[in-house]
Amino acid sequence: MSYDATYTKELPLVPERSSFPELDEVVFKPTETKPTRAWYIAFIISSTALLIGALSLGYTLYYGIGMWGNNNTVGWGFDIINFVFWIGIGHAGTLISAILYLFRQKWRTGIARFAEAMTIFAVMTAGIFPLIHVGRPWLAGYLFPYPNQHNVWVNFNSPLLWDVFAVSTYFIISFLFWGLGLIPDIANLRSRTKSGIKKFFYTILSFGWRNSNRHWQHYERAYLLLAGLSTPLVLSVHTIVSFDFAVSVLPGWHTTIFPPYFVAGAIFSGFGMVATVLIVLRKVFDLKHIITIDHLEKMNKILLLTGTIVGYAYAMEFFTAWYSGYQFEQFVFINRAFGPYAWAYWIMIACNVGFPQLFWFKKIRRSIPVMMIIVILVNVGMWFERFVIIVTSLHRDFLPSSWAMYIPTWYDAGIFLGSFGMFFTLVLLFVKLLPSISLTELKAVTENAQPKNH
Amino acid sequence: MFGFFKKIKNKITEINSDLGIDERNQELFAVSALFDTPDDIIKAAKTLSSSGFKKYDIHTPYPVHGMDDPMKLKPSKLGFFTFFFGSLGTLTAIAMIFYMAGFDYKNIIGGKPFFSLPPSIPVTFELTILLAGAFTVFLVLILFNKLPLNNNPLLDTEYMKRVSSDKFGAIVEADDELFNKDEIIRLFKSLGSSEVNLIYKFKHNELTTERPIFDFKFITLLFLLALITAAVTYFSLNKLIYLPPFNWMSEQFKVKPQTQSTFFEDGYSMRNPIEGSIPRNELPYEYRGLPDSLVKYMSNPLPVSKEVFEKGKTMYDIYCSPCHGYYGKGDSRLNGQFPNPPSLHTDRARLMKDAAIYHIITTGQNIMPAYDKQIPQLNRWAIVHYIRALQRSQNANDGDMNK
Ligand code: HEC
Repeated sequence: MSYDATYTKELPLVPERSSFPELDEVVFKPTETKPTRAWYIAFIISSTALLIGALSLGYTLYYGIGMWGNNNTVGWGFDIINFVFWIGIGHAGTLISAILYLFRQKWRTGIARFAEAMTIFAVMTAGIFPLIHVGRPWLAGYLFPYPNQHNVWVNFNSPLLWDVFAVSTYFIISFLFWGLGLIPDIANLRSRTKSGIKKFFYTILSFGWRNSNRHWQHYERAYLLLAGLSTPLVLSVHTIVSFDFAVSVLPGWHTTIFPPYFVAGAIFSGFGMVATVLIVLRKVFDLKHIITIDHLEKMNKILLLTGTIVGYAYAMEFFTAWYSGYQFEQFVFINRAFGPYAWAYWIMIACNVGFPQLFWFKKIRRSIPVMMIIVILVNVGMWFERFVIIVTSLHRDFLPSSWAMYIPTWYDAGIFLGSFGMFFTLVLLFVKLLPSISLTELKAVTENAQPKNH
Repeated sequence: MFGFFKKIKNKITEINSDLGIDERNQELFAVSALFDTPDDIIKAAKTLSSSGFKKYDIHTPYPVHGMDDPMKLKPSKLGFFTFFFGSLGTLTAIAMIFYMAGFDYKNIIGGKPFFSLPPSIPVTFELTILLAGAFTVFLVLILFNKLPLNNNPLLDTEYMKRVSSDKFGAIVEADDELFNKDEIIRLFKSLGSSEVNLIYKFKHNELTTERPIFDFKFITLLFLLALITAAVTYFSLNKLIYLPPFNWMSEQFKVKPQTQSTFFEDGYSMRNPIEGSIPRNELPYEYRGLPDSLVKYMSNPLPVSKEVFEKGKTMYDIYCSPCHGYYGKGDSRLNGQFPNPPSLHTDRARLMKDAAIYHIITTGQNIMPAYDKQIPQLNRWAIVHYIRALQRSQNANDGDMNK
């Protein structure tokens, strides 16, 4: 086996060594110039999708969730599928910003800010679904324990309640983490901008940050602490989401493998989404020298790893069903792979276990078009994974007389489309209004940025 | 739309110039110097701290590592606070769950213990992280870095612009005991600074008492805001939540009592038992439809006891009091929607036999409806006892005083 030297040498993070003002220029360009035509087109498409979603949701709120395809047998439909899908997407951001930070993976700096923003937007999108799932979202305050005249408290034994705590904590902490990272960059924008109104907002958002090293000292510590806190947090969130299923006693859901399986799946799908958007972003905003092909290759390796873990989990589920000798468990899995929803199952297998295996080849890992196709397929596959887990486990339960098929309605589809609309609208606004790359972190890891005698 | 933004923008500029923001006076705040490389700034920091300056600072576009030693900064104590608030989160969660689930609202769920540790772990964990993380962010900004602070004279200077972007800067404030302008300029130059500048204070650096708090416009604004808040609150709590779809499920495809039914022929939504059916453990009433004179004397089968009176009172208050009033005085609460009945304290009523009252309850009298379908037999007798007590209480005689 020949030994390739490029594998061991750590590649410079910003290869064509740009000066700091040049970096400022590139990163701040979207915030300081008028949007391009491509941006407008993208924005119109995504906000139209958002509008369709809002209308479908409006109908649902007015007439109730009878507008959906859920039925007596399949009580969890698109609402929960989309919830798990979006919350999973968020996990990649925290992984990149917190876990890779703790592991001192410097290549993360170029993509961390953006991935964190995606986390927040994905969690916001995800958060809508449990709320509308409860049917009367304006009463969702009942989900939190608060003193009330009925003298009733929430049920602390229920994984659905754990979810409330996990998701809201996840959102708050991710938001604070992201906001803390933004402060120095916004302060930089504040010093640069010439427009009065922009300055007004930047002044408020930057809290008067002035790059003092007496501040940087505490700031860096806070960053480290938050990374340390976010790491177990992100693992706990999808673990708890998986408890929603695993703690029930339903064949197909009631397995101990769920938490690690869900966490791996979440990171897998999240990286799929981050990669999809980054590939477009680096092209549109001309960031190819900051978000390099090496970064994308590293992400593809993570996709390969997590995809394989997910594949292992799929296999293990079948093994456990067979090994348990439990007739109902066995039936669920046979039904999954060969029943009426077999098509969904095989889409899932192909997209999650099949195609990502192509990333074993270096050529494919570094080819933008092929990569783009595969990461989009990963997104598709991971959505179908949730569909398969939820619908196939429910639609044929213990009692054949109550077997039913789940057929989503147009309102389901509209809300699903709207969730993409919301997510991408927020992403587009973000890249336009705020620096989508953390300049302070990026500058700190360029060559010669740190003292030599250190 | 854009005109609106332009207006705001003009307004902001106006306010800014009113307040004298961006305008500087001749009072020196600090001497600043810019350096080109991280090594230079480390050297500068070392020199400044060892020369005994206290009010100096180093500004860099990103955290330059290894700055703590030269600046003689103590390690950040933030971690202790994080730990403290994390632990507080743990304890709060455990205490909360223990109180709510194990003590205040003991609800049997799947036969499991009211409070046990394993199912409490997820919530405890999340609250730990939440408190630790949120307080870390707030404390690092507010307590450790004393932010937000937007009137530091360094802000909005060319110096700040450079140290946000590509230069490394050092300042010595004029308040420092060892401050000497010319010497410090010389020192910075000798350290290899590429640019030394003087930074002056803002005209309005201190908060003055002539703040717009007592401004008429401001107070009007406050008042209007209060009014709007009150109106919105009133509307949402009293009107909005009763509009569809927020109507608390009161609008449903179901038959409600006291409404007209389009389904049943008689138009009543409430149904009576089928003609001729008899409740379990009861005998058919044999004097139905017979004139009072034919009603045979029957004695009240219930004993005179506290329980019976209490039962009678409950039943009377529910079924009879809307028309007859709580004390049988005929003071109905129906606001004239139904003719007021006579008092139950007339001689006629007082001299009635128990069985006669029972008969009236069971079969009704003239316009008073029958209550045999609503009230079980024994409860009717309890009501009779209670009416007797009412009559006695409202017509006490002198002898009762001695008892
Ligand atoms: C819907 C109103 C209404 C309710 C409810 C009602 N009553 Fe009457 N009651 C009347 C009216 C009206 C009369 C007078 C009937 C008549 O003109 O003879 C009356 C008469 C009576 C009389 C006879 C009084 C007399 O001097 O002739 C008695 C006893 C009586 N009610 C007992 C009861 C009891 C006991 C109940 C509870 C089970 C009851 N009523 C519930 C309306 C009502």
